[in-house]
Amino acid sequence: MEDINKKLAKAAPGKAVSEGTQYPTVELEPAELRGVAQALKDAGFDYLISLTGMDYGDAFGTIYHIASTDDPANVVVLKTKTTDRENPMLYSIMDIYESANLYEREVYDFFGIKFIGHNDLRRIFLRPDWNGFPFRKDDKSENSTPTRNITAEEMEEMPQITIGEDGKIKQSSKMLFGKNEYVVNFGPQHPATHGVLHLRVSLDGEIVKKIDPNFGYIHRGIEKMAESLTYPQVLPYTDRLDYLSGAINRHAFCLCVEKAAGIEVPMRAQIVRCIFDELTRVASHLLGWGCMAMDMGAITAFVYGMRDREKIMDIFEESAGGRLMPAYAVIGGLSQDIHPNFKNRVTEYIAYQRKMLKEHHILFTGNPIATGRMHKNGYLTKEKAIALGTGGPTGRASGWSCDVRKIEPYSAYKEIEFNEIIRNKDTKTGDTFDRYIIRLDEIEESLNIIEKLLVKLDDTKEGDFKAKVPAIIKLPAGDYFQRVENARGEFDVFISSDGNKNPYRVKFRSPCMTLISALDPICKDGKIADMIMIGASLDYVIPCADR
Amino acid sequence: MEVKNLKVKSMHDVVFNDNEYLEKYVDELRQGGVNVAVGCLDDIINWGRSHSVWPLTFATACCGIEFMCVGAARADFARFGWEVTRNSPRQSDVVFVAGTIVNKMAPVLKRLYDQMAEPKYVIAVGGCAISGGPFKNSYNVVKGVNEVIPVDVFVPGCPPRPNAMLYGMMQMERKIKIEHYFGLPKKPAITPEEKVWAEKIAKEQEAYKAEKK
Repeated sequence: MEDINKKLAKAAPGKAVSEGTQYPTVELEPAELRGVAQALKDAGFDYLISLTGMDYGDAFGTIYHIASTDDPANVVVLKTKTTDRENPMLYSIMDIYESANLYEREVYDFFGIKFIGHNDLRRIFLRPDWNGFPFRKDDKSENSTPTRNITAEEMEEMPQITIGEDGKIKQSSKMLFGKNEYVVNFGPQHPATHGVLHLRVSLDGEIVKKIDPNFGYIHRGIEKMAESLTYPQVLPYTDRLDYLSGAINRHAFCLCVEKAAGIEVPMRAQIVRCIFDELTRVASHLLGWGCMAMDMGAITAFVYGMRDREKIMDIFEESAGGRLMPAYAVIGGLSQDIHPNFKNRVTEYIAYQRKMLKEHHILFTGNPIATGRMHKNGYLTKEKAIALGTGGPTGRASGWSCDVRKIEPYSAYKEIEFNEIIRNKDTKTGDTFDRYIIRLDEIEESLNIIEKLLVKLDDTKEGDFKAKVPAIIKLPAGDYFQRVENARGEFDVFISSDGNKNPYRVKFRSPCMTLISALDPICKDGKIADMIMIGASLDYVIPCADR
Repeated sequence: MEVKNLKVKSMHDVVFNDNEYLEKYVDELRQGGVNVAVGCLDDIINWGRSHSVWPLTFATACCGIEFMCVGAARADFARFGWEVTRNSPRQSDVVFVAGTIVNKMAPVLKRLYDQMAEPKYVIAVGGCAISGGPFKNSYNVVKGVNEVIPVDVFVPGCPPRPNAMLYGMMQMERKIKIEHYFGLPKKPAITPEEKVWAEKIAKEQEAYKAEKK
């Protein structure tokens, strides 16, 4: 801890390093931000976890969570703000951290903070003709349901803000695609985008030149809605962010609130939550496997994947009552104790799934058509993965050790030993096949974890599933951050509280947004037909990216 | 008139608790001058139509996963002849609006619906598609798809179980079966609803053009 404080003090000379509620924090003037960010990156802090926009009432600000990949538990927080509410401007760090590109566009969309030096300040989620900035606390603009489709021109015009040599701020705009480029629309209603993602692909023959992901076709404004809800009321929305890892997202929010409120969760609840997390992960990977196979034409694999998934749904239903969204974790523990049959069902399922995994491998992994399309195709290097923040199975397939369950163990993961599945640790480059096979390997490891957790479950007392929680939960003022490993990557919850029963600001760090941003570098100079498979191997869920 | 002989795979009318809307529908058809006593030809055509409805692959959010479950091994809507989901709106008969529709998506959904060939049907799946559901208070969510396109069947749930979706499909099957296929009264080229939409779109287009100038 002292080491990290020293590093931070060295990067930001003359600035007070406060302990923060969790991580060492430095507050900076807008002009100092770029220098400090560059110094931090040189010192090994190369992973921008999340960038959060804030409306403090009298000022607008941004919060940066930056980690080092050599020792990823080292997280530092930078904060900056501007008091100009009419025309707020901050400096962009997108040339230092590549993932800041989309994050800064998101902050611009929500708060209207303009980033000097950002070369693509389009609205990311909302329509280009949207009035106002919804996340401002004083925003009262009204918008009716539009009937007009957005034109290509509107989608392509990129406003830019730069500083000229004379120190004056200049506003200009540039078109994304040239006039002679051949642009193909892919989505928003396309089965291979796994949701309502809109990709605009510039082609030369069948070679992909550039991909411009167009978000926002399922932007539901969950973060803004959370500001007018109490903490337990936010829980159902976390399930619906990334519905394939609903239980894990819910767990993350519960952990964040429990940590802030100082609630001690009983061991039994922690173990059961983790079993549910792992079952969710297995279900999600099975669906991902099936969909990827279906995108390559193997429809039988999809049916097999869904068949195995139904067994997990049955287990969920028995104990929790919900199928796709178990809604099991609540603040302080679980909503009810597990079904007496739970352990038998899970044990039976593990044996069944192990047998079926072998069948899946026989059915698809060795298939010459599949291997021909997946091998030596769609490379993602470790550096690029870190720069874009694409963690999870995708990052681990490229040799980046980024499993949050290992880095910052939470809940019952502290109690057990398990392996982190990493491929290509030496070559540091993963292809489509690596991203495919790592999911099946993770299913196997998840089954091992569940077995270990089931043994631990025997030591706990029946009925001890929930801690005492006050009827109205109020968090002490401050910022809270909780990292968990979702089925797709690192999912983080950021809660800023002002001491009331409602959160002041909630931000969910979505792993899927970073996965989609990796599409362009991976697919570039490849065939368009491979884009479908690469997209499937990244396994993104659009509502998670759009929130 | 009572609704009779609407057999859906050995399920009887009583199983569908609510028959009132179908009776109302028959009354409406009668008042419009349509003879409800459909001929044998109509019965055959409708029997064929109701058992070969192809849905459009359209899912925006969570309900889409449950919709996939309906298509997969356990629930398996192919048993009812719903068989394949089509990826092109031109080849599909029904659109399952599975998931939230937001402001950016609404014109796209409208366009997809317009591209489908008649006769076409809409099933609104889940709370979001019915009324905005849990996201009713959001700034960006359309409060029910019937603001954008006409809906035939609503399936509540968040998300509805596969069984609920199958039930919704059967409800629609019955609706198809009482329709009069031959000698259909001539529909106006543009329905009043579509007229309102067309005016609204023209207005917005003009406003956009004026702004650009």
